[in-house]
Amino acid sequence: MKVTKTTLMAGAIVAVAGAASAEEMTIVSWGGAYSKSQLKAYHEPYSEKTGVTILNDDSSAEAVAKLRAMNEAGNVTWDVVDVVAADAIRLCDEGLALEIDFDTQLAPAPDGTSASDDFGDLLVSDCFIPQIVYSTTFGYRTDLVGDNPPSDICAVFDLETYPGKRSLEKRPINNMEWALLCDGVAKDDVYDVLATPEGQDQALAKLGTIKDNVVWWSAGADTPQLLADGEVIMGSTYNGRLFSVIEEQKQPVAMLWDAQVFDLDGWIIPAGLSEERQKRALDYIMFATDTQRLADQAKYISYGPARASSAPLVGQHADLGIDMAPHMPTDPENAKNTFLYNYEFWADYRDDIDAKFQAWLAQ
Amino acid sequence: MTDATQSGPMLAADGTPLKKSLARSLRRRKLRALALIAPLLLFVLLSFVVPIVSMLFRSVENGIVAQTLPLTVVELQNWDAESGELPDEALYAAFTKDMIAAIEAKEHTKLGTRLNYEQTGMSSMFRKSGRKIKRLDPEADAPFKEKLIEIHDGWGDVDTWRVIKTHAVPITNGYFLNAVDMRRTPEGAQAQPEDKRILIKLFGRTLFMSLIITGSCILLAYPISYLLANLPMRVSNMLMILVLLPFWTSLLVRTSAWKVMLQQQGVINETLVWLGLVADDARLVIINNQFGTIIAMTHILLPFMILPMYSVMQTIPPYYTRAAKSMGATNWTTFWRIYFPQSIPGIGAGSILVFILAIGYYITPEIVGGTKGVFISNRIAYHISSSLNWGLAAALGTILLAVVLLLYWCYDKIVGIDNVKLG
Amino acid sequence: MFVGAGQGNVLLGILIGAALMAGLAWLYINVLDNERVARWMTILGLAAIGFFFAGITGLIVGLLAGWFFAFFIFWLYEGRYRQKLLPYMTAGQVFWHYAFRVICGAIFVFLITPILVVLPLSFNAQDFFTFTPEMLRLDPEGYSLKHYRDFFTNNEWQRSFKNSLIIAPIATFISVTLGTLAAIGLSQSHVPGRRAIMGILISPMIVPLIISATGMFFFYSDIGRFLEGTLGMNKNFVGYVKVVLAHAVLGIPFVIITVTATLVGFDQSLTRAAANMGAGPVRTFFKIQMPLILPGVISGGLFAFITSFDEVVVVLFVGSASQKTLPWQMFTGLREQISPTILAVATILVVISIALLTTVELLRRRSERLRGLSPA
Repeated sequence: MKVTKTTLMAGAIVAVAGAASAEEMTIVSWGGAYSKSQLKAYHEPYSEKTGVTILNDDSSAEAVAKLRAMNEAGNVTWDVVDVVAADAIRLCDEGLALEIDFDTQLAPAPDGTSASDDFGDLLVSDCFIPQIVYSTTFGYRTDLVGDNPPSDICAVFDLETYPGKRSLEKRPINNMEWALLCDGVAKDDVYDVLATPEGQDQALAKLGTIKDNVVWWSAGADTPQLLADGEVIMGSTYNGRLFSVIEEQKQPVAMLWDAQVFDLDGWIIPAGLSEERQKRALDYIMFATDTQRLADQAKYISYGPARASSAPLVGQHADLGIDMAPHMPTDPENAKNTFLYNYEFWADYRDDIDAKFQAWLAQ
Repeated sequence: MTDATQSGPMLAADGTPLKKSLARSLRRRKLRALALIAPLLLFVLLSFVVPIVSMLFRSVENGIVAQTLPLTVVELQNWDAESGELPDEALYAAFTKDMIAAIEAKEHTKLGTRLNYEQTGMSSMFRKSGRKIKRLDPEADAPFKEKLIEIHDGWGDVDTWRVIKTHAVPITNGYFLNAVDMRRTPEGAQAQPEDKRILIKLFGRTLFMSLIITGSCILLAYPISYLLANLPMRVSNMLMILVLLPFWTSLLVRTSAWKVMLQQQGVINETLVWLGLVADDARLVIINNQFGTIIAMTHILLPFMILPMYSVMQTIPPYYTRAAKSMGATNWTTFWRIYFPQSIPGIGAGSILVFILAIGYYITPEIVGGTKGVFISNRIAYHISSSLNWGLAAALGTILLAVVLLLYWCYDKIVGIDNVKLG
Repeated sequence: MFVGAGQGNVLLGILIGAALMAGLAWLYINVLDNERVARWMTILGLAAIGFFFAGITGLIVGLLAGWFFAFFIFWLYEGRYRQKLLPYMTAGQVFWHYAFRVICGAIFVFLITPILVVLPLSFNAQDFFTFTPEMLRLDPEGYSLKHYRDFFTNNEWQRSFKNSLIIAPIATFISVTLGTLAAIGLSQSHVPGRRAIMGILISPMIVPLIISATGMFFFYSDIGRFLEGTLGMNKNFVGYVKVVLAHAVLGIPFVIITVTATLVGFDQSLTRAAANMGAGPVRTFFKIQMPLILPGVISGGLFAFITSFDEVVVVLFVGSASQKTLPWQMFTGLREQISPTILAVATILVVISIALLTTVELLRRRSERLRGLSPA
């Protein structure tokens, strides 16, 4: 019986294998709702226009390690990879990503502004083409905070007014900044203070005041689940996840935009592609990061387009029919007090502070 | 019979001397055993052992400094790291030359990332300086010492050069030192500062928790396997389904299910509060700590204990215990002296399976372990997939592997599963 | 008892409950003397109380509790607990017998707890792993089949399910065949370097998965290039070969360990006897050795199958998008969006496996009957 099964399976493999088409490219992304938004906004129109089949690979979480392994093995199978900016910088440093000439290899804005001006400060690495601005921010249970909804990031550290658990990401980045900010450090000085061992101790001490009341998360989907369970009263996560909890799932949750930390997510092209594949990848990037395409993505997910010229084109949610602009982290109403993830600082200090942070957690 | 004893060596049926014939048959049996093992052995050696060993070799391999900065490394030999003075112009010139070549090949940022594991700030120093050094001319722009210090004052810091010199060796013990909370310095191995020591603690915790998990698996699995092995076939097969069912639920799903059960607004706490056994404001904390990890992992690994135990217990003939009882042994004596020793191979196989699997798990501790239930594998995974410090990950993996092998060896010495034979 | 406990003091509640039950027991035994009436009275009575206090959920709890107490009272009173046991056992032995059963029952419950959670949650109308108030009230509004619909209509789920069904059995077949042969070789006396060989063979289990994954990546990408480039094989097919081989290696230690453990108790004189009677090695293996070590082989095979079927780290590295397996899909699902589709998949797998295992068991019994053997 086993033998027949095996033959059947082998037959199935051949059948599957036969279906593969000639011109295809593999695009790596995060999966879930985010990949779906890319499928609708980028992949489908691109396939329609060029006839290239796009294979989606949900491996972005392992992209850095896997790209390095592929590069060392000399067998890069990915064509375009979606990563966060910090990973892109690391990949660029390691020589694993292709350097891009933004002005010639990306489309200019409709009004003729060059791509590098249109993206502006968001071009944080030579290899990285930003796609969206997302933010790490807090959501809280409206039914558990009483008549006094929090409006200030320091509510996270205020156990008296807001008793209950909070969820924070299990890494130093963002948490250390918030802790210092609520420990009396001026916003402009945060990174100077954090660069010193005393400053790091200060931040950990501040986090220590709520340590017993923190649930640490490592996957972006954790906080929404914890909020829905009522297991935590407030928690940090990506703003798009909170949007889905509030608007799509109709949970009693609201956003706390104060001191949200902006971060970027975007494309890199792996180094070491054959000329033909590299050309196709660049063609895709040129298409997928133009002004209209970036604005289109915002129809499906509440992340802000990375081009300045895309912002006015952001419309309504494709299914819910609500205006997306007020849900964008970049909306002026939401962006009164914000941080931009300090890439340079964390590229240097990440290993050092992470070791301290983990040792502190384990105490 | 009598013939053979009279004249010379004993002969086998075909006339060869018996000794020789026995030796030949033994050799043939050895060969046959080896032939049975060979395909698998080759397969595992080629597709697993060799790649893993080369992966683990990264824990000592450190060619990057000497390859990226060949001239500098030679010059650094002449510099006395203890002197407290900056190196001379010759070294800066060599360094500039190396860097210009490295920038051309885009290798300098790699080196920066490597050195940043040892000294915070190196990563951006190499990246930033790279953009400016690129414009220097190795001939025309000499001398370089002041220029480099102007580009980034890190180049005027003795510590920078000390770090480069310390890590310029092609084979290093640096990663292993890091793996046991020490570091490589010009003065030799030194302990990490107190607030960065974590790995030894994690090793200890991993071993300790794995032992507890193995112990609780033995406790829970023994009665179940005994029951299964002694019930009539039709009943035990039905119950076996219950043992196998958890297997069909993915590890991720099972772990999430335990989260739903154990959390403070979870099923167990809600039930206890509803029953009035626990006050609403004093809900039990049974997740995000070691307890949560132990429960979830015991559950996940329990079938790995039950199945080997069951298959061994099934082969224990019931008439031994009956014989013991008929000779007047009490229930306890019968169990402890007759039944238990025969079931040891099952416990042994199960324990090894569970213990080793427990040591290597990282997804479950990550999800239910909180801060105190995290294992060393979590750090290995972090260094492989996030920090890209594969050298350290390989060193941690090698140590873990050595510990497992050591424990296996001890276990073999003390319990000696091979020696427990029946009949 | 529960109701009492729910209202206030726990200890008092239990005492009152126990007293109540004792009173009921006395009433039934001495006054009513009719088991069926008494049983229905308890069941309905408790159900009514439960419904009064806690709605439909209470009704069900009450029904179950009533059934249990009614059964328990008569079970104790009429001494039914002795019926199936040997008549000469002492009271202590009888008590121990049942205590042991209860302990085992508790462990079985522990084993299937997650399934008890997963099953109802997979019908959740919301997109979270949460028991909503609607669900607890057994309100049909709180339940929905949408996650099952998602599984059956979503291409990604279908493809990954199919991939798992292709990869796991082949990987299992390879590791069981090679592993059993090697275990038999290993169990023979006088194998040179036996410990070292054993160590090498079980190494895939010892090395932390994440390190295996990266290490194997290098090997398999070389193999992949060779198969694609030199032999000109299809890229997709090579992808499957890589994942299957990687999973087969991971499954081997389980087969080796369980089969060698079974072989420890195997009487080698049986094979010698068979050889003596003129059976060849192949025949001896299949007729004598295989049936005896089958439980070990099956459990080893099961482990190997599960290893492949539930493995996510190695496939993430070695595989590419077209070899995405079920655990991979679940992994991204859990990370990127909480979706009870995962639970629906788990439930479907549980149901399928119950059906499969039951069929196998029924077939086994049928063949026993046909052969005229009395079921033991």
